[in-house]
Amino acid sequence: MLGSDAVLRSLEAEGVDVAFGIPGGAILPTYDAIARGTSVRHVLARHEQGAGHMAEGYARASGKVGVAIATSGPGATNLVTPIADAWMDSTPLVAITGQVKSSLIGTDAFQEIDATGITMPIVKHSWLVQDVEELPGVMKAAFHVARTGRQGPVLVDIAKDVQEAEFDFVYPDDVDLPGWKPPHKVHPRQLREAARAIAVAQRPIVYAGGGVLNADACAELLELVDSAQLPAVVTLMGKGALPDSHPLNYGHPGMHGSKYANFALNKADLVIAVGSRFDDRVTGKVSAFAPGAKVIHFDIDAAEVGKIRHAEIPVVGPLKLALAHLATEVRTAAADGAPDRSPWLRQLEDWRAQFPFRYQKADGVLKPQTAVEALRDLAATREEDVIWTTGVGQHQMWAMQYIQCDKPRSFITSGGLGTMGYGLPAAIGAKAARPDATVICIDGDGCFQMTCQELATAALERLPIVTVILNNGWLGMVRQWQEMFYDERFAQTHLTQVAPDYAKLAEAYGCAGFTVESEDQLEDALAAAVNAGRSAVVDVRCDAEEKCFPMIPAGAAAIDIIEAPGGEVVPA
Amino acid sequence: MSTHTISVRMENRPGALARVSQLFSRRGYNIQSLAVGPTESADISRLTLRVDCSEHSLEQIEKQMHKLVNVLRVTELRPDEAVERELALITVSVPPDRRAELVALSQVAGAQVADIGRDAITFEFVGRPDQLEAFEEVVRPYGVRELVRTGRVGLRRPSAAGRDAQPSVN
Repeated sequence: MLGSDAVLRSLEAEGVDVAFGIPGGAILPTYDAIARGTSVRHVLARHEQGAGHMAEGYARASGKVGVAIATSGPGATNLVTPIADAWMDSTPLVAITGQVKSSLIGTDAFQEIDATGITMPIVKHSWLVQDVEELPGVMKAAFHVARTGRQGPVLVDIAKDVQEAEFDFVYPDDVDLPGWKPPHKVHPRQLREAARAIAVAQRPIVYAGGGVLNADACAELLELVDSAQLPAVVTLMGKGALPDSHPLNYGHPGMHGSKYANFALNKADLVIAVGSRFDDRVTGKVSAFAPGAKVIHFDIDAAEVGKIRHAEIPVVGPLKLALAHLATEVRTAAADGAPDRSPWLRQLEDWRAQFPFRYQKADGVLKPQTAVEALRDLAATREEDVIWTTGVGQHQMWAMQYIQCDKPRSFITSGGLGTMGYGLPAAIGAKAARPDATVICIDGDGCFQMTCQELATAALERLPIVTVILNNGWLGMVRQWQEMFYDERFAQTHLTQVAPDYAKLAEAYGCAGFTVESEDQLEDALAAAVNAGRSAVVDVRCDAEEKCFPMIPAGAAAIDIIEAPGGEVVPA
Repeated sequence: MSTHTISVRMENRPGALARVSQLFSRRGYNIQSLAVGPTESADISRLTLRVDCSEHSLEQIEKQMHKLVNVLRVTELRPDEAVERELALITVSVPPDRRAELVALSQVAGAQVADIGRDAITFEFVGRPDQLEAFEEVVRPYGVRELVRTGRVGLRRPSAAGRDAQPSVN
């Protein structure tokens, strides 16, 4: 068998049904193998960054490992951003790149770049394959490393002559990685200690993150929250891990989270961190974060425990296992009687009632939040699942605030790296993973213009997605910082609302295009887009000056969160 | 900030050393010395490195090292629990009439003569890092022309095995 065919047979053996990529010189033999036949569907992207984000969207929507394929040199460097994104958000991703022939490696050959070197700080591991006999073992190991322990990206860089070499292909049953030992169990003593702390806490709060989704531990989290009646906050990356509609879900903490979620974390006497990592966008000033709380930190990654905030009770291990056991342990520990938590729960309810997300409507301008609320209401009427993706910026934060996610893997966003342009390709990947679902990308006009060429992929690969651009004509979040912290010096953030004409652009790519200029056009346009039967773009021209609130200024204490400025406010 | 000696057992694979050292460089820590070489097993190498960093950072870096696929074991070598040695080659300027005096001095200090030239001698010195530094001070007045140190290598003392063992997390 040829090395190139071995790549495809390996992907098939790993259960890969879709891969995203673009061919080029050094990966040509592998694409030739695709032409020879495979059960893997290849989605042809228009830019390798798009392919990488598609693979990420696919992974986040399905829970499976995403696969992106690119050629050497610029193909590999274009994959760097998605690899970094997957690294920051722990998304399982196998990136496969072609490399120049072994004999040319190190000579600055055409399209040669040190792909393993460039990506070294942003992968769990990487391999440069220069011997075809190693290829099956490397492929096996790549998938194993990507999906076990804390999930994340790996890179397999395959020299062109390896793809062209003939050998006897045998896919190994096991991996030989003596140094790769992710924790597979949880220390019972730590669990008991955690349960005891929970049993006596008067103001506990669960602080759940994306790790819960990665660990497929949502049912276990729900069981814990329900059985122990623990209130919870859920991070941006964790959105959907606990239903947004659950009465004990107090929403999203952080820079643009709710005041009540931030208060809940900061006034707690016990923070139960579950698959979350005390990101600076959540904690604000660390020394002022949850000052009166003891911390229990559940994580698969020992390196996250104690990294930002000391954990009095560290529990390292798989969350699914840990949470399942914890629920039982808490019941045992609480048998002697738990403290009366009704004042705490009442307090949380009061805060929730007192500080809802809110914004000021005004005549003649369409507020971006109104568009997101309309989308939320539209989704509620759909029988099929709706999966949301976003870019990065104000629209992302409004999506977090107003969109209701009751199912895991229904909110896909770039959290850690904050990659503008993530939403559209991620939506295509999500659609490939979940053809039964309606996939809606809530985007900004700045983000949209970074990856909108992938509309061609969506249209031609028949992966229909809806992109709703909250078009304010600005790099809105940057503009907001300039207004608030740079004395309104709006340097290089104005994009204009009217050029390009996004509806026409959509049509040029074979998608349906809609333009919404006022609130009364909103509902019909969104419904038409969702029902278009093909990819659609809705250009929602909204208030250019709207700012995203509440807001914790960078480096400020979370408790000093700034609310939307005064005047007449309407509760969301 | 304090200086720590870390001992890492790792698979002898391309890139393994870069992956380890990158954990320090991305945090802006300069590795003072680094020695890497084969062990009792051909496919495993041992790396000993000295670095100035905070206790908290070190803990972080150790945990990150454990996650590297090629890393088998990470141990901090505490001075009282480790045998540490270093090799240095030192070329000292010396006129012919002072040769005998310098050679005698070096013998007292435990150094060996590795090469003798017209106006210089190269010494080899193997010993504890503090002994090496002492020897360097002794010959410095003659004029140290060139000096190279291997960086320290270390192993945990078997005699320290009983007390307060400090095994790796893995």
